[in-house]
Amino acid sequence: MKLDVQLFARARDLAESPQVTIDLDEPASVSDVRTALASAVPELAPLADRLLIAVGTDYADDGTPVTHSDLVACFPPVSGG
Amino acid sequence: MIELTHEQIDYHQLTESVRDHAAGAAVLFLGTVRELTNGRRTEALDYDAYPDMAVAKMQELAETARQKWPVTALGIIHRLGHLELGDISVAVAVSCPHRVDAFEAGRYLIDTLKEIVPIWKKENFDDGTTEWVHPGLESGDAVTTAPDTTAPDTTD
Repeated sequence: MKLDVQLFARARDLAESPQVTIDLDEPASVSDVRTALASAVPELAPLADRLLIAVGTDYADDGTPVTHSDLVACFPPVSGG
Repeated sequence: MIELTHEQIDYHQLTESVRDHAAGAAVLFLGTVRELTNGRRTEALDYDAYPDMAVAKMQELAETARQKWPVTALGIIHRLGHLELGDISVAVAVSCPHRVDAFEAGRYLIDTLKEIVPIWKKENFDDGTTEWVHPGLESGDAVTTAPDTTAPDTTD
C-alpha cells in the first residue's frame, strides 16, 4: 500500500518536503514505516531510531499497526514552550 | 481556552478567563524568548507545530490536570511563527481554590507540554546560523554549520 507520511521540523528540512510517500507490504506496523522512511529519504536514516511516529493524534510505538486510512506523521523530539 | 495562535498572546485576557469566585489562587506562566543559551546569542525563534495533534495533546494535559488537582479553570495558548527576543511563546493560566494546587497544576502543564506536545522551535543565532531544537539529538542540520550544542532551550 501507498502511505503518505507528514514530516515536521528537521525531518521536513532533511527531506526537503512536508510529506513523503512510502510503499508498505500489508499488514504493516510503525516499525515498517520507520524502515521505509529511512530508505525513501536516506538523509533521515541517521535519525531513524529517534524519530517519533504519530498515528492519528497519538504517539505510536513500533508495534502499532498501520493501515492505508491512517494519518501518519513523523518528527524528531519536540521542543515547544 | 486551549489554542495555537500566530498572533501575540493576550495573557491578560487568558488570566481573566480562569479567574473565578471559587478560586482563591490564579497562577500565570509565560514562556519568553531568551537571548542567551549556552553562551550563544539568539536573535529570534521560529515555532512550528503539528496543529491537530498539538491541540489534542494540550487537551489531554488539561484533562489530566483536572484529574490530579481541584482545578477551577485553566487555559493554554501557544504561539507559532516568528518570535523576537522577549516575545511570549506560551502562556499557561490555572486557577484552584488554593495556591499550592494552582502552582503544582501550572508546573505540570508547562513541564508536560514541553515533553509531549508536537511543537518545535528553530533557533536563529546572531552568527546567521539556524538550527531546529530537538532534545536528545545532536545538532546537525545539513544546511548549517552550527557548533554542536545539545538541546538548548531558549525560553525558560
